[in-house]
Amino acid sequence: MSNIHVSATVNGDAVEFLCEPDESLLDSLRDRLALTGSKEGCGTGDCGACSVVLDGRLVCSCLVLGAEADGRTIETIEGVADGDDLHPLQQKFLDHAALQCGICTPGFLVAAKALLERNPDPDETEIRYWLAGNLCRCTGYDKIVRAVMDAAEEMRQ
Amino acid sequence: MRYLAPASVDEAVSALAAEPGKTGILAGGTDLLVQMKTGLIEPDLIVDIKKINDLNAIRRENGGFRIGAGVSGAQMGEHAELARAWPGVVESVNLIGSTQIQGRATAAGNLCNASPAADSVPALIAASAVASVAGPGGTREIAVEDFIAAPGQSVLEKGEIVVSLFLPSRPEHASDAYERFIPRTEMDIAVVGVGISVDTSAEGEVKNARVGIGAVAPTPLLVNEAADAIVGTKLDEEALERCASAAMAACSPINDKRGTIDFRIKVAGALAKRVAKRAYCRARG
Ligand SMILES: Cc1cc2nc3c(=O)[nH]c(=O)nc-3n(C[C@H](O)[C@H](O)[C@H](O)COP(=O)(O)OP(=O)(O)OC[C@H]3O[C@@H](n4cnc5c(N)ncnc54)[C@H](O)[C@@H]3O)c2cc1C
Ligand code: FES
Ligand code: FES
Repeated sequence: MSNIHVSATVNGDAVEFLCEPDESLLDSLRDRLALTGSKEGCGTGDCGACSVVLDGRLVCSCLVLGAEADGRTIETIEGVADGDDLHPLQQKFLDHAALQCGICTPGFLVAAKALLERNPDPDETEIRYWLAGNLCRCTGYDKIVRAVMDAAEEMRQ
Repeated sequence: MRYLAPASVDEAVSALAAEPGKTGILAGGTDLLVQMKTGLIEPDLIVDIKKINDLNAIRRENGGFRIGAGVSGAQMGEHAELARAWPGVVESVNLIGSTQIQGRATAAGNLCNASPAADSVPALIAASAVASVAGPGGTREIAVEDFIAAPGQSVLEKGEIVVSLFLPSRPEHASDAYERFIPRTEMDIAVVGVGISVDTSAEGEVKNARVGIGAVAPTPLLVNEAADAIVGTKLDEEALERCASAAMAACSPINDKRGTIDFRIKVAGALAKRVAKRAYCRARG
């Protein structure tokens, strides 16, 4: 296999990497760019642990090829905090104990941030539907939903 | 495996036609990349069609809508005019997967994947949607109900791609609806899916109707008998019963973990009635 040269913008930075033609964007992020915050839960689009924002759209990076990223803009969990300052969603996840093992957390945070950017005042049903593609085996979801509602309220002020 | 992202339809067609090995067309990748990952297919060439500009837009044409083969479900849902004219088609596409899947999955990919349970297909059949196809021999138009040959197999020939789907213009007092039955509320494969489009007179009589049914036969079906049952009526209870019976008679489903043959047939009848009522209420405003 011949490697493909990709130039993209990741979390505001111009990056370049070489990837194999059948390599997922998730693998490129983790193995080529050392951005290991995005997780692989399933590799088949079911769990959302690999969620990233690609040209403004929330997607599963396990179902995008690394090669597709050429010329595009990607936002990952590594870009959610502002330096040492946590994003309100991250702080509320801690406050509400909305995580246990933490494998699903990066995906939930990226997905919830994308929701609040579109809809700053979602109700519980909207949150649950928007996050239906993010699976969590530990928390039972309730604390996650509360954390998102609380963060949304704080961000509206 | 090679990956190509051509900038034009002609380039895409030439590359696909010239490849001696197996090929895959990459739209949203939500079927293709899963099938590659699970070892179901091993293409020698992947042609990504999303760098072809024309394919990423929804355009008005002759009062209808031309939806490029690269347009995601999310884009369709955000198109207010399209959602007003064809709410059933849009709701069928928006049922596919999660928010993340919506960001990528296309209606054309849903059709080309040719699953008997593909959610958008019954609604597209009901809408009289037509696929515009480009290939080495030129272009052709294929009605959606003629597009799927067998489970997992479309009528496309080597080197052909779907360029767009066309939804015709809407007269007044017309609308459509789609519903599926799944055991959960989100993220599951249809046990039965029904799409119905109706066109009514000012007085509320059904002038034309189209009924598409999925997941109850090897391919999604256009059921003319179910449509005929409601044409000329104001959707009284008797017409709905006849529509349901015709829908049930068209089913030849399989038993699987999602539903038995008897259950699927029963649900097809119930959904036909429910969806006909929803399409009719929308048409009447
Ligand atoms: C988690 C998850 C949930 C899902 N839920 C649903 C669901 O609820 N309902 C449902 O119906 N489906 C569901 N799917 C399946 C899939 O998302 C849909 O079928 C989707 O519409 C496929 O579109 P795509 O653009 O991603 O296609 P791709 O994966 O890019 O392509 C699908 C197939 O069509 C071919 N193809 C694509 N575009 C063209 C073209 N323009 N011309 C010729 N051939 C082409 C490809 O070669 C491939 O064989 C789900 C998938 C996942 C991963
Ligand atoms: S790893 Fe991508 S959805 Fe599970
Ligand atoms: S915290 Fe363990 S999977 Fe969500």
